[in-house]
Amino acid sequence: MTARKTGLLACLFLTLAPLATAKDSCTECHSNMDGTLKAPVTDYVNDIHARHGFSCADCHGGDRNADDPEAAMNPAKGFMGHIARTAVPALCAHCHSDAALMHRFKPQQRVDQLALYLTSVHGKRLATGDTAVANCVDCHSVHNIREVKDPQSPVYPLKLPETCARCHADAAHMAPYKIQTNQFAEYRASVHWEALSKRGDLSAPNCASCHGNHGAAPPQVASVAEVCGACHVLFEEMYNKSPHQPVFAAMGGGGCTVCHGNHGIRKPGIEMLAGGGAVCAPCHDAGSAGGAAAAQMAGLLTKLDTALTQSDAVLNRAHDSGMEVSEPILRQMEGRQAQVKALVAMHEFQVAAVAKPVQEGLAVAAATRRAGEKALQDRDSRRVGLALSLVTILVTMAGLWMAIRSLESKASAVPKPAGR
Amino acid sequence: MEQERRSVIRWLLGGGFAASVASFLYPAVKFINPPDMPEASVNEVSGGKTQDLKPNTGKIVKFGSQPALLVRVNDTEWRAFSAVCRHLNCTVQYNEARRQIWCACHNGFYDLNGKVVSGPPPGPLEEYAVKVRGEEVVISRRS
Amino acid sequence: MASATRPEGLGWLDERLGLSALREFAAHKTVPLHSATVWYYFGGITLFLFTIQVLTGVLLLLYYRPSPTEAYESVQFIMTRVQFGWLVRSIHSWSANLMILTAFIHMFSVVFLHSYRRPREITWLSGLVLLGLALGFGFSGYLLPWNKVSYFATKVGTDMAASVPVVGHQVARFLRGGADVGGATLTRFFGFHVAILPGLTTLLLVVHLGLVQRHGMSSPPWSEGKKLAQMRFFPNFFLRELMAWYAALAVLGSLAALFPWELGEKADPFAPAPAGIRPEWYFLAPFYTLKLIPSHVWQVEGELLGLMGFALLAAWWVLLPFWASNSKGDVRTRWVTGAGVALLAYLVTFSLLGYFR
Repeated sequence: MTARKTGLLACLFLTLAPLATAKDSCTECHSNMDGTLKAPVTDYVNDIHARHGFSCADCHGGDRNADDPEAAMNPAKGFMGHIARTAVPALCAHCHSDAALMHRFKPQQRVDQLALYLTSVHGKRLATGDTAVANCVDCHSVHNIREVKDPQSPVYPLKLPETCARCHADAAHMAPYKIQTNQFAEYRASVHWEALSKRGDLSAPNCASCHGNHGAAPPQVASVAEVCGACHVLFEEMYNKSPHQPVFAAMGGGGCTVCHGNHGIRKPGIEMLAGGGAVCAPCHDAGSAGGAAAAQMAGLLTKLDTALTQSDAVLNRAHDSGMEVSEPILRQMEGRQAQVKALVAMHEFQVAAVAKPVQEGLAVAAATRRAGEKALQDRDSRRVGLALSLVTILVTMAGLWMAIRSLESKASAVPKPAGR
Repeated sequence: MEQERRSVIRWLLGGGFAASVASFLYPAVKFINPPDMPEASVNEVSGGKTQDLKPNTGKIVKFGSQPALLVRVNDTEWRAFSAVCRHLNCTVQYNEARRQIWCACHNGFYDLNGKVVSGPPPGPLEEYAVKVRGEEVVISRRS
Repeated sequence: MASATRPEGLGWLDERLGLSALREFAAHKTVPLHSATVWYYFGGITLFLFTIQVLTGVLLLLYYRPSPTEAYESVQFIMTRVQFGWLVRSIHSWSANLMILTAFIHMFSVVFLHSYRRPREITWLSGLVLLGLALGFGFSGYLLPWNKVSYFATKVGTDMAASVPVVGHQVARFLRGGADVGGATLTRFFGFHVAILPGLTTLLLVVHLGLVQRHGMSSPPWSEGKKLAQMRFFPNFFLRELMAWYAALAVLGSLAALFPWELGEKADPFAPAPAGIRPEWYFLAPFYTLKLIPSHVWQVEGELLGLMGFALLAAWWVLLPFWASNSKGDVRTRWVTGAGVALLAYLVTFSLLGYFR
C-alpha cells in the first residue's frame, strides 16, 4: 500500500464519514418495529442509494434529523408517506432526470429514462391512471434497488425476462389488455435464452434488447429486420436486398419473424426449407419457382451436411484406431465454416448464392475424407507390416528353439558344474 | 538325417535372423531419410510478398492450424492477429471503411490493437508479430 | 605366421585385443538350474529394453526440438511426416514402460531368490541406483512431448519435490530450472534425459554388470550344500535369452502398431489442470498414498509426512543386504521374503487404486 493510496483512502473516508454517521431518525425508529414497517430498513442495507448516503426522507420527505415521529413525519416538512403508484416515475425522475445531480454520482448515467417511459405503453397508461401497468419500482424493486450490473438486480440481463414475465406471463393480469401471455415460455425455449443462461453470453438479447427498457414497445413491423440486424448485420443486409422484403412489408408482416418467429426463436436448420415443417411452404407451392428454389437450396445444404458428417465419421474411426489425424480434423473446421456461410447466404433467397459456399465446403469435406481414408489405409498397412515382422520373429524363434534342442540332445552329458 | 536337421536349423535361424534384422533396419533407414517437408514450423509463417497486399487491406493467412488476419495499415505498418473471434469462433475480416476488424457473425468490432470496440466478443484478439524481410512479410508468435 | 586372413581373422584380433581371455571366461560362465531359473532372464531383458531405448532415442533425437514452441510440433511431425516415425516413437514410449516393469520384476526376483546376500551387496546397491535412474528417465522423458498431461504431471511431481524439508525448494528449483515449470524445465529435462542420465547409467551398468560377471550367477539359499546342475551360459542360456528378447520385440512391435502412443493436446501453462490428472503408472502408488494422507497429521503437514515415509522406506530397502544378515552371516530369508511380499502387495494395490480412483 503506497503512501499515495493511503492518503486517498483517508480523504475518501473523511468525506463519507459524516454521511455514514449522519443522523437518520427514520432508520433508527423503524428498525425497532416489525413487519411491513421494519422490512424497508432491512432491505435498504443493499440499496445503492444507501451507499451514496441517501435516506428514506430523500424520497418520502420528512426530517431525518428529528427524533420525534410527528416532527420527522411532518407533511409540512414534505413528508409524503406511502407514494402513490402513479406518482412514482415523477418522484424518481426528480433526481434521475437531473443531469447536474446525476453527474455528481455517475457522469455516464443516462437521464432520459422518464422521457422514454412516457413514450411507452406503460407510461401512457399510467398517465391515464391505470395502476396495473409497470412503473419504476415494479422492475427495479424498491428499497433494495441494485445496479443493473449486479447479478441480484431484477433487471440484470439473466433476470430481466422473469421480471417482465411477472405481469406479461400472468393471463389474469393481461386479460384486460388483450395481450397474449406466451412470450416468456416461448423465449425460455429459444436460442437466445440458451446463450444467456447456458453459455453466460451477456450479449445475447433479452426482452429489453429488442423492445427497449424504459421506452418499451414492440418493434414496429417495418423495423423488425433492423432490430434483429443490430446483431445479425449480414442477414439484415441480405434480407433488405432480397425479394421478400418488399413483399412482407406490403403484407404487413414482420420481417425476420415471419420465418423465425419472435420470442421462441429456435436454432435454424435445413428443415425450415424443405420437409413437413418448412416455413416456405405456406406461401410457395412445391411446383412454383420459389418452392423449387427452396427445394434446391435444401438439397445443396443437405449434400454438404452429409459430406461433412461422413468425413467426420471416417476421421473419428481413424483417430480411434490411434492414427494421428489432428490436421484434417482442424481442416474440417473450415468445412463447417463454409456450411455456416452457406446458411447465411441462403437469406439472399438465390440458389446461386448458396451454391458457392456449398462447393467450397464440399471440397474441404472431400479432402478431409481422403485424409481420413488414407489414415485408415496406413493403419491397415501397419498391421500388415507388423504381421510380416512377427513372422520373421517367429521363424527366428523357431530356429533358436531347434538349435537349443539340437545342442542339448547332442551334448547328452551336461558339462561339469563350475566350482562355486 | 542329422545333416538335414542341421541345415533346416541353419536355414531357419539364419534366414529368420536375417529377415528379422532386415525388418528392424528397414524402418530405421527410412526414418533417417528426411521427409520432403523438413520443417514443422508453426511459429513462423510467410504472409506473402509486400506488394501482394495494398495499404489499408487485410487478408487471411493460415498460421499453424488456425487462421490469422494480416492487415497492412499503411505503406510501412503491418499488424497481424488471430482471426478467430473470441465470441463464437467465427473468422474475422478487415473492414477498410472503419479501419477496424469485424466479425460478420454477430457484428463484433475490434480495433487495430486487437481490443474489442463493440459487440459481443468478451476479450481481445491475440496479436502476432510481423516482420518484413526484404520483400517477404513474416508473421510469428510474440514471445 | 598365418598367411590366410579369413580363418585367422580372429587370431589377428586376438593378438591385438586379447579376445581369447574373453572367450575363456565366456566358456566357463554358467547358470544354476533350479525351479526358479526362469527369473534369471529378467536382468537381460531389462538390459535389452534399455538398448532399444537408446537406439530409438537416438533416432528420435534426429527430429526432436526441445523448446516449448517446437517440442509438441516436432513430435507431431515425427508421428505424421517422418517415415516410420510413429513406429520409432511408439516403441520408445512402450519400451520405456516395459523396461521399468521388467526392472521391478528383476529387483523382486533378486529379493525372493536372496541374491543380494554376501558378497553381492554392491551389486544390489548399484542395481537400486539403476532403478532410480530408470525412474528418472521416465520422469524426464515424460515431459518432452510437451502435452497437457505431461506438463501437469511434471508440475505435480516437482511440487512434491518442493515439499521436502530444508532442501525442497532448492531441489525443485534445480529440477525446474526456475520458479515454475516452463521452457527452462523442458531444456533441462532434455539435458537430463539424453546426456546426464545416460552417462550415469552407463557408468553404473559397467559396475553392475562387471560385478555380476565377477561373482557369477547366484544360487538360492536353499541350494546351499546341494550341487545344482549348471547350464552353460554360452551358447545354451544365451540362445534362450535371445528367444526371450525376440519375444519382447514381438510384444513391442504389436503394441506400437495396435496401440500407438497418443500425442494428446499441446500444453497450455495458462489453462487450468485437466480433471483427474495423475502420473504414469510407476509413480501411482506413492501418488495415491499421498492423496490418502490427510492434509495435517497432528502438527505435521500430511504431504511432508508422506515424503518422509517414502524416504525411510527407500533407505530401509537400500540397506536390505545389511539388515538381512545376522551376526553369524546367515540371511533372515523369511523376514526378507515377508518384506518383499509386503512391498510388492503395497505397490500393486496402491497402483491399482491410483489408476481406478
